Amino acid sequence: MRPFNYSRAETEKEAADAGSDGATFIAGGTNLLDLMKLEVMTPDALVDINPLDLKSISTTDDGGLRIGALVTNSDCAADQRVRHDYPVLSKAILAGASGQLRNKATTGGNLCQRTRCYYFYDTAMPCNKREPGSGCGAIGGVNRLHAILGASDACIATYPGDMAVALSALDASVEIRSANGNMRSVPVTDFHRLPGDTPEKDNVLETGDLITAVTLPPPPGGTHVYRKVRDRSSYAFALVSVAAVAKMENGKISGIRLAFGGIAHKPWHDPAVEDVLTGESPSEALFDKAGEILLKDAIGQGSNDFKIPLARRTLSAVLRQATASGASA
Amino acid sequence: MQKTELTINRKKRSIEADPRTTLLDALRHHLDLTGTKKGCDHGQCGACTVLGNGRRINSCLTLACMHDGDEITTIEGLGTPDDLSPLQAAFVRHDGYQCGYCTPGQICSATAMLQEVAEGWPSNVTEDVEVAPPLSREEIAERMSGNICRCSAYPNIVKAILEAAEADQ
Ligand SMILES: Cc1cc2nc3c(=O)[nH]c(=O)nc-3n(C[C@H](O)[C@H](O)[C@H](O)COP(=O)(O)OP(=O)(O)OC[C@H]3O[C@@H](n4cnc5c(N)ncnc54)[C@H](O)[C@@H]3O)c2cc1C
Ligand code: SF4
Ligand code: FES
Ligand code: FES
Repeated sequence: MRPFNYSRAETEKEAADAGSDGATFIAGGTNLLDLMKLEVMTPDALVDINPLDLKSISTTDDGGLRIGALVTNSDCAADQRVRHDYPVLSKAILAGASGQLRNKATTGGNLCQRTRCYYFYDTAMPCNKREPGSGCGAIGGVNRLHAILGASDACIATYPGDMAVALSALDASVEIRSANGNMRSVPVTDFHRLPGDTPEKDNVLETGDLITAVTLPPPPGGTHVYRKVRDRSSYAFALVSVAAVAKMENGKISGIRLAFGGIAHKPWHDPAVEDVLTGESPSEALFDKAGEILLKDAIGQGSNDFKIPLARRTLSAVLRQATASGASA
Repeated sequence: MQKTELTINRKKRSIEADPRTTLLDALRHHLDLTGTKKGCDHGQCGACTVLGNGRRINSCLTLACMHDGDEITTIEGLGTPDDLSPLQAAFVRHDGYQCGYCTPGQICSATAMLQEVAEGWPSNVTEDVEVAPPLSREEIAERMSGNICRCSAYPNIVKAILEAAEADQ
């Protein structure tokens, strides 16, 4: 690990000022320190944001929830309000990492976790995300974990996280404090970016921007499902994951939100898939149609070709489960 | 150099170290507490598991200086050869190891895991996340997945944990 200067921020302003001066925030440290040990990330200065008062979960004026940026993944998944009103969020968090890691991982850090592309991790290899302009080792290389949607000629990496997939299905927003103290709110679906020709930028955060919270709209009701397909049944990243929040009325799908993990540079959300399902009676033919729409522009890269049929089948399985309760009523 | 004061196994300790020092290296190299093991150094194996303010964490993926004022418990703080903790005794009784390298991490992890279960935390195999699940083999396997055992002593590790949990009730 390269040497760095360590300081603690006691206020959001201190954190933002240090961030503006080029320091990197450290929260749980479970992603950043991993990457610093490998010298994939080499910050000159770390500012520890753990002293900040961002560790609580509170109710918002409109009846939603505000989850502070430093709430650990464990505390969020175990919170009674989250378990009762937003179970898809608990499920997605619990499907990720391990008990030890979730005790350290924070809401803000989890959103910002970086790709697990092997070439990004290996400093001997070309990688446009790690070193812009050096090329992409994964294109034409080993790309089992990589994207089937929204990739570019510069980068085919995936966003690896689970929590943000559930947050996308819940239509949550990221609360951000800019360096100058202004607050803004960005839908989680717009927080992560597609790689385009600037894959070094994972998300929309600018220098000095501090995530202060994630906000959830009022409880959506319905049936919540999170399904994660991976190489082993625990402690592994998703090959494909699907988060669903579905509501049934008189045997028809009256409303549905879907988001997908493991298939793109961001949690994938496609309103056209939801539109084709809404107002319809669940059937295998309908689920197939939804899968066709989701994957109409999908491109395999070689070792990840299997993700196209896997995503289609996982979507069908999730829709079967999410619509089962109301279908017979 | 960064000065850090910690309470380790109920004793106040202080170290002065490069800020790069992980909690794991601080324990092993600065504090002579070598019970905590380094497996992967990247959060992938659980050998380095300790309790930070009562919660299990990977000591390899956190900096010692980030724990100023914290209470850390390592395997040495859970019990001694003459006074084993219930989980330590159960691991001995059930032969919950072969080489023993992962064992301190397994026992620290299981100690905190049983507390999480007592607090009603759900897991990825819990049928309904709203309802606190009873402890089963399946729940233990899922909750302990952050501790890899290269000798694959899993069947006896699970037996030992189940026995210690039942004895506690
Ligand atoms: C072995 C292993 C397995 C894993 N498996 C999974 C898995 O299956 N699913 C999954 O989703 N995740 C998995 N993870 C990743 C884990 O979830 C992340 O490491 C964790 O969520 C990151 O949170 P943190 O608080 O530790 O972030 P840190 O490491 O502290 O920070 C990560 C990044 O976020 C930035 N940051 C942190 N907080 C803020 C803030 N408030 N504002 C702005 N920027 C901020 C930091 O500057 C840094 O760049 C795994 C990790 C490991 C090591
Ligand atoms: S896919 Fe992206 S992260 Fe992976 S090597 Fe190519 S540019 Fe780097
Ligand atoms: S040494 Fe810390 S998890 Fe492997
Ligand atoms: S007993 Fe050898 S690694 Fe677990």
